[in-house]
Parts: sequence; structure tokens; C-alpha cells
Amino acid sequence: MTHAASPRTYVIVLLALLALTVVTTVVAHIDLGPGNSAVAMLIAVVKMLLVMLFFMHIRYEARLTRLFAGAGLLWLLFMIGLVMADVLSRNWR
Amino acid sequence: MPEPTHALAEQFDDLEQQRQASTIGMWVFLATEVIFFGALITGYTEYRASYYQAWAAASKHLSVVFGAIMTILLLSSSFTMAMAVHFARLGGRKRLALCLLLTILLGAVFVGMKFMEWHDHYQRHEVPGMGFEFPGPNAREAQLFFSFYFAMTGFHALHMIVGIGILAVLTGLALLGRLAPPRHVPVDIAGLYWHFVDIVWIFLFPLLYLVDLHHK
Amino acid sequence: MSSKTVEPVSETPVNYLNASFGLRSWLLTIDHKRIALLYLVTITLFFFVGGVFALLIRLELLTPRGDLFTAETYNKLFTMHGLIMIFFFLIPAVPAVLGNFLVPLMIGARDLAFPRINLLSYYIYAVGGTFTMYSVVAGGVDTGWTFYTPYSSTYSNTHVTAMVIGIFITGFSSILTGLNFIVTIHKMRAPGLTWFRLPLFLWSIYATSIIMILGTPSVAMALALVAMERLLHIGIFDPRLGGDPLLFQHLFWFYSHPAVYIMILPGMGIVSEIVPCFSRKRIFGYSFVAFSSLAIAVLGFLVWGHHMFVAGQSIYAGIIFSALSFLVAIPSAVKVFNWTATLYKGSVSFATPMLYALGFIGLFTIGGLTGLVLATLGLDIHVHDTYFVIAHFHYIMVGGMVMAYLGGIHFWWPKITGRLYPDSWGRLAAAIIFIGFNLTFFPQFIVGYLGMPRRYHVYPPEFQVLNVFSTAGASILGVGYLLPLLYLFWSLKYGAKSPANPWDATGLEWMAPSPPPTQNFPVTPLVAWEAYEYEKREVPVA
Repeated sequence: MTHAASPRTYVIVLLALLALTVVTTVVAHIDLGPGNSAVAMLIAVVKMLLVMLFFMHIRYEARLTRLFAGAGLLWLLFMIGLVMADVLSRNWR
Repeated sequence: MPEPTHALAEQFDDLEQQRQASTIGMWVFLATEVIFFGALITGYTEYRASYYQAWAAASKHLSVVFGAIMTILLLSSSFTMAMAVHFARLGGRKRLALCLLLTILLGAVFVGMKFMEWHDHYQRHEVPGMGFEFPGPNAREAQLFFSFYFAMTGFHALHMIVGIGILAVLTGLALLGRLAPPRHVPVDIAGLYWHFVDIVWIFLFPLLYLVDLHHK
Repeated sequence: MSSKTVEPVSETPVNYLNASFGLRSWLLTIDHKRIALLYLVTITLFFFVGGVFALLIRLELLTPRGDLFTAETYNKLFTMHGLIMIFFFLIPAVPAVLGNFLVPLMIGARDLAFPRINLLSYYIYAVGGTFTMYSVVAGGVDTGWTFYTPYSSTYSNTHVTAMVIGIFITGFSSILTGLNFIVTIHKMRAPGLTWFRLPLFLWSIYATSIIMILGTPSVAMALALVAMERLLHIGIFDPRLGGDPLLFQHLFWFYSHPAVYIMILPGMGIVSEIVPCFSRKRIFGYSFVAFSSLAIAVLGFLVWGHHMFVAGQSIYAGIIFSALSFLVAIPSAVKVFNWTATLYKGSVSFATPMLYALGFIGLFTIGGLTGLVLATLGLDIHVHDTYFVIAHFHYIMVGGMVMAYLGGIHFWWPKITGRLYPDSWGRLAAAIIFIGFNLTFFPQFIVGYLGMPRRYHVYPPEFQVLNVFSTAGASILGVGYLLPLLYLFWSLKYGAKSPANPWDATGLEWMAPSPPPTQNFPVTPLVAWEAYEYEKREVPVA
């Protein structure tokens, strides 16, 4: 049996997630230039990590589980990275 | 304590092996789901980079308040799901069923709100391919935005509905006492799926609702 | 383990084939061995359907004029040949048939981790196949197997939607099979069977499964978007409506390039089993062969853009993709060198499976090296969309993968059926296939290099001689493929009963009886030896 987090932890995580939702909504209304997209994505990644680490028990699972959790994300980066490498440089001369 | 044999499938040697196999199996499946939604996000990224102004204008046609409330609902449902897993491991039959029901309820309200939102878009002629209308010079690019909006939220809602179905079955099993340890693993597995669907929305919310809000 | 005893032949012990009878016991089975046989039958069917399309294509190309089919019919023929062969034969063949049968046996397990999901994945495959066959029967598809947009999404008047749905569904069969193998290889190995004691077939099946689970969803989504675009005319990939057709090609090739490694990696695994057995030697450089499979699986995901060099992709992205494509040659060459080194000073014998394995090594090398020609940015512009490309990938897919598949079928046939086939017939068929294959496809390298484009039903008369060679070769190849069907069928009833280990091979699967009982092993085996310990064996009794 793996050890999981306590209900207390879950409550704290939930509060953090809700706070981050408010923050991301408010920040979106402030002009940060290109920074807006970056902040929005950064907050989303933090929220994802919170859910994965605590709700999905990645903190307590075997390394192998983390490997597969990471593999999907890494492959997504391959996809977005190489597609955007094409899209962004298509009109260079 | 001798392990109850009926909880153990024939191909496994012990319950821990079975639990690990199921958990890894679900994570492998979620990796495929990452790529499934990832293909949409890749397309989204390309067009957002190419048509930023038009997409920002189209995004303003979505209700941020609505989106934020839906986000809060879904995050809360992830919390109740985590509690369901917690009680399943402890063997609390009624508390498990209650948490599952709450999760279903929050999820159902989310899907209901999504349908309401789609209905609004339909009435405002914002559904691509069905008499799409958009003011200004960028109607073509705005239609692309809404195509991605409907594809992303549509596939997400489909996953929600499947999840609600799974949780409904589990609630029934929980009430019948068929999810008492060591047979609680299905709750763990369903929980992983539910949290994943939540994570997808965590990204969809800023991608779709929060593009360039500071410009009027 | 070293002593070999022939089992008493008088009465048949209970095995997975005679454990229960009736259609139900087969169609609802959760025994991985029976599911493997369900796949074997279905896949063989698709192979011959795809083969008929291939023969029709070669018949049309016998003469330079389009005198047998119209251009439209010809478009449908090559499209359906490609779709059926790739999605319904090449991709599932080795994993779903031999992988399903062998993975639990090779690791000393009773079954896969999720037997019900295994059966489900067969039925998903069958449903996808049904949609596809509906599309074929209703009039076919003319987009080419690549479904390039906006032709497929906007302009083609053929049955694209049904076909796309069929491929989409079949993709989930592939995903579930890969998922099952990954979990099984991680979690169900017999005690003592460490990763570096695994047969190399399992390393390649594992690498294949990685590609299946991480690649397939991308093409599924791309095809779903094509279907949506056809239904609603929303123009996600239509430049008239602001869409980017290259986005489809990216999402399509993100899967479909790695998919060629789904097709070839299991073949490499089979060769890695056969070569040591018929050289009576441990494989040379075990860990290099093992890790090269994983390297191919990962690198294979970073090279897809070499299909798009002339499609309008950024030239800078093209340079990156070209450079990365060369990298894949390294692990592939590592494997070829290691097989060759295994042969060196081995006691090589030439039974049927070994003939196929040797054929694989030679033909794969030719196919692989011509792949480097195509990965070269400048050179590709000259040979792009010519018969040079056709010849290249048929050397990999048919010369490589189909040879390996047949080698594997012949190697494990005694284990699967409990019967021996006539080896002389086997060797004859292997020779015919080798000759027929080279006669079919080598002329295509030349005719392609001279400039004959692919996908046309007419061509300039000066190419006719080479095309006649090719069609003649295809007829010989067709005979070659029918022969195993006949004598393998014959062996089911008249073949001699096989002992547990007819080749005196290493590997846990040979320790189970032939055919194995439903439970595979009466007691879970304890593995205390390394893989391929052929040198430590006694000289086989004649």
C-alpha cells in the first residue's frame, strides 16, 4: 500500500487551486504585453503539478509511474516544438 | 490475513502486483490522452501565433465569469474525488458513496453549464459551419478560433460524460459494498482519469477564455 | 533444461487449442494465445485483400497506357492497397499475432496484465476493419493513404468519412495492445527474469508499444478533424478559410513516421531471436541491440518532417529534420552489425526461419541506406514522389517486415500449433519470395531515379521494360505468398507432432509444451540464466 496525503493536505491543495484560478483571471485583465500568455501558462502548469503531485499521488508513487506521467508531456513538447519551428520560420528569407 | 482470492485476477500473483499494474496501465493511458488533446493544442498554438488579433477578438465573445465558475466547479470535483479515493482506502462505504455522488454532481453541473454556453453560441451564430457570423474583417480567422473552441471543449465534455458514467457505476458498487478494500483499486484508477480531465480544463480555461483580455 | 526429451505422441495432453470447443469459446476467449490466433486469421485475410489491390496496380502498369483502369479507379486502388496493408496488416501483424502469443510465454506469465482489454482491442480492430471494408465496398477512397488536406477534407467525393472513422477506431486497438504489453513487461516477469535477461524480441515489442501509445492519438485527432471538416465545412486545414494544410501533415506524420518503426521494430526483434538460434551463439552485443530499439523509438518521433521537404515546410525546419533523420541510421546500423557479428564463427544452419532472417538483414540494409538518400534535403527534391520512394519503403516494409513476420511465423509455428511443417517447402517458398521481391522492387529504384512519378496510371513508354520486370516479379511474389498458406494449412492436420523445443532454442516459451496449456506454465518458472546461452548447451542430438 502506498501512503497517500491526508484530507488536510487535500483541503490546502484545493484552496491553492482556487486562489490560483482567481489570480490567473485577474492577471489576464492587466496589460503585461507578451507576459500575459507566459503568466497564464505558468499558473496552469503550477495548478497541473499540484493536482498531479497530491490528488493523483505522484509524490507517493513509484519512479516508473512518474516516468510515464512525464513521457506524455515530453512528447507533447516534441510535437509543439517542432511544429512551431516550422511555422515560425516558414517566411524567413 | 489471507487475501480474499476473488479480489485477485487469475493472471496476477498478488494484490500489490495487480494494483501496480492497474495504476501504471492508467498512467500509460493518460499519456496517450495527453497526445490526443496535445494534437489540438498544437493546432491551437499555430493559429494563435498566426492570427493573434483575430483570436483575441473572438475570445472576447466567451464569458470569463462563466469560465471561471466552471473552473472552480471542476477543481472542487477533483477535491471530492480525492476524498473518495481516501475513503475508499479506509473502507468507509457511505462516505465513499457520498464523495462519489458529490463528484458526479459537480461534474454534471459543469457539463450543464457547458451545454448552456454552447446554446448561447448557437443563438449568437457563433457555431462554425452552421451559419457562422462574426463582426469585423476577421470572420474567417474567428471561425477557426471557434472551431478549435468547440473541438477542445467538445472532446473535453465527452471525457467528462464518460467519467460521470464510470463514477455512477462505482457509486452503485460502493453502495453494494463491492469496493471494500482490497477491492477499492477501481476508485483509485477512476480518480486518476477524473483528475486528468480536470487538468485538461486547467489548460483550456486560460487558452480559450483569457486571450488578451486587457485590450478592450 | 539442457536435456531434450521427445514427448510421448500417443495421447494429446490438454492444451490451449483443445481445452474447450465451439465458436463461443474462441470468440469470447480471454486467453492471449487464442486472441493471437483470432488476429492471425483476420490479418491474413486483410493481407490477401491488400495483395489483390497490389496485383491490380501491377497489372495496370504492365503497359504505359491506361488500358485497364481509369485514373480515378487507379487512385482508389493504390489508396486502398496502402490503407489496408499499413493499418490492417503491417502495424498489427507482429505485435498482435506473435506479440500476443509470445509476450506472456517469454516472461513466464499466465497471461497479459489485462486479458479482457486484450479481447476488447481485437474487437475494436474488427469494428475498425468493418468500417474500412464498408468504405472499400461502397466505392473506395482516392486520397492516397496519407489523406492529405484539403483534398481529403474538402474536395474528394469518395467515401473518406467512413474510411477515416475506420482508421480512427483501429487506432484505439493499437493503443490498448501497446498499453497491455508495456504493463505486462514491467510487472509480470517471472522471478529472476531481469530486463537484461529478456529476449530481445521483448525489448523491440516494448519499444514498439511506446510508439503505439504516444503516436497513435495524434493521427486519431488529425483524422477526427478531417471528418469534422468534411461534415461541417469549417476549414481547419483549408487555406481558403485560413487553415494550414501543413498542420494536417504535421499531425499525420507525427504518428505515421514513427509508425514505420511500429512495423519494423518487431521484425528486428524476430531476427534477433532467429539469428542466435541458427548460429548457436549468444547474440553479439546484447545491450547494444536492446538499447538501439529504444533509441529508434525515441529518435523516430523527431524526424517526421522529412516527409514534407517539398510540401512548403520551412526550409530551416527541413534542415533540422534532415539532420535528425540521419541519426536514426545509427541504431539501425548497430543492429545490422550485431546480427552479422553473431553469424561470425557461429555454426550456421539454414532452416526456413533462418533464410527469412538472412533475407531480412540484406533487404533491410538496402531499404535503410536508400532511406538516407531520401533524408538528404537536396537529393530528396530529385527523387521525391517517384518510384524510388516506393522501392525504398517496400524494401523496408515487404523485404524487411514481411520477411521477418514470415520468419517468425515459421520459427514459432511448431509452438503455436504443435505441428511441424515440411522444411523443404518452407525453404522453397522463402527462396521464391526473395527472388520475386527483388524482381518486383529493384527495377523500381531505377525507374524512380530516372524520374517515373508514383501514383499515375500512365507513364512514358521508355519505362516499360523495367515495369514489365516489376510486374513479373509481383506475380512470382504472389505465388511465394500463397505457398506458406498451403503447406502451413496442410501441416495442421498432416504435419508431424512437434516436441516442446524443435529448434533447441533458448527462451522460456520453448520450455512450455507445444502447444502450451491455457495456463502456459504449471508452476511459475524461476529464471537463473542469461538470454541466448547457446554456447553452454550440449551438442544437439541428431
